[in-house]
Amino acid sequence: MKIEILGTGCAKCKALEKNVLQALAQSGKFAQVEKVEDLNKIMAYGVMSTPGLVIDSKVVSVGKLLSPDEIVSLMGS
Amino acid sequence: MFEWWQRLVDRFVYANLGLDPHSAAGSALDFFLFDTVKILILLTVIIYLVTFLRSFFPTEKVRDWLEGKHPLVGHVAAALFGIITPFCSCSAIPLFLGFLQARIPLGVTFSYLVSAPLNNEIAIAMLFSLFGWKITALYIGLGLIVAIVSGWIVGRLDLEEEVLIKPPATPPPEIDLPKIPLRERLKEAWGYTYDLLKKVGLYVLLGVGVGAFIHGYVPSELIVRYAGGDAWYAVPLATLLGVPMYSNAAGVMPLIQVLTEKGMLLGTALSFMMAITALSLPEAMILKKILSTKLIAIFFGTVTAGIIAVGYLFNAVLSQT
Repeated sequence: MKIEILGTGCAKCKALEKNVLQALAQSGKFAQVEKVEDLNKIMAYGVMSTPGLVIDSKVVSVGKLLSPDEIVSLMGS
Repeated sequence: MFEWWQRLVDRFVYANLGLDPHSAAGSALDFFLFDTVKILILLTVIIYLVTFLRSFFPTEKVRDWLEGKHPLVGHVAAALFGIITPFCSCSAIPLFLGFLQARIPLGVTFSYLVSAPLNNEIAIAMLFSLFGWKITALYIGLGLIVAIVSGWIVGRLDLEEEVLIKPPATPPPEIDLPKIPLRERLKEAWGYTYDLLKKVGLYVLLGVGVGAFIHGYVPSELIVRYAGGDAWYAVPLATLLGVPMYSNAAGVMPLIQVLTEKGMLLGTALSFMMAITALSLPEAMILKKILSTKLIAIFFGTVTAGIIAVGYLFNAVLSQT
């Protein structure tokens, strides 16, 4: 599984990255985590409201700071 | 709507504490207690409603909808969407590029960029609690006109070359977000409302506090002399003063309300409030990364001119009646 956090460095983006790591620790799942700050890559996903969350190349959330629990349930589906 | 609360506050301040209703201390304290509670209640309700509604309109959806629309429809729709969608200056760049990527004209994008911060939920909630629905409607209506017209002007000037970073040539892919159940939306809206209240609560208290002081202690003649607005420069001066106060709509609006109560003209007040929300220096600094200084200057110049025009027009209409 690959999890990408899309964000240009706003406070919420950093908080989301932290929550992703916590979600992984909670669920015991393995995933490659990447913080995407390159605007062109963010645009390529069609995301405008950061932070965005991408799991296995699919956008699952935009403009929201998800809690670790919410991220766990998104990883499961 | 809040008569019950006014009666309670009156009884507490004048009967229980024994302050004289005509004294400066009495009327200032009464004003402070009444206003803070009323504003905080209305702020909570309005921010909650707006946040809940907006969960149905993510910016990405708005972009898909605006894509390929006639420019005239685009300007009006972009300005209207600005009321409901969230805006934070930190996401101004992805938003800007995302709109251009979808081939939405530059001018239409600017209409949205003016309307979104102008009609933010804090400003609307503060206006409604301080001035009532009529002034709020005027603010939103005139704000939409400023957004539509200034976006239209920028669009007519053929400034596409002044955008320094080119958006990707491929159109944005459609995003298929997972459905969010109603219960989740209601819960999320509450979380957001709570965070926002924590952030602005102190400014509301400070703003109303200083407002209460002016209400009780500063004589009207003084305000009328300096901010009365018969002077030709009152409107542009208020507009300029509003620019550095961006993040503090919650703290400044209670002051503006007291100033109008004491004789500042309403058009001047409207210009002041619009300048606070629409003209933000941090936003300009962020946009400088992708727009030439010339384009930013034209953009801010047009919006400023629009806001000043609103003030003059409104003062003129008001003095006729």
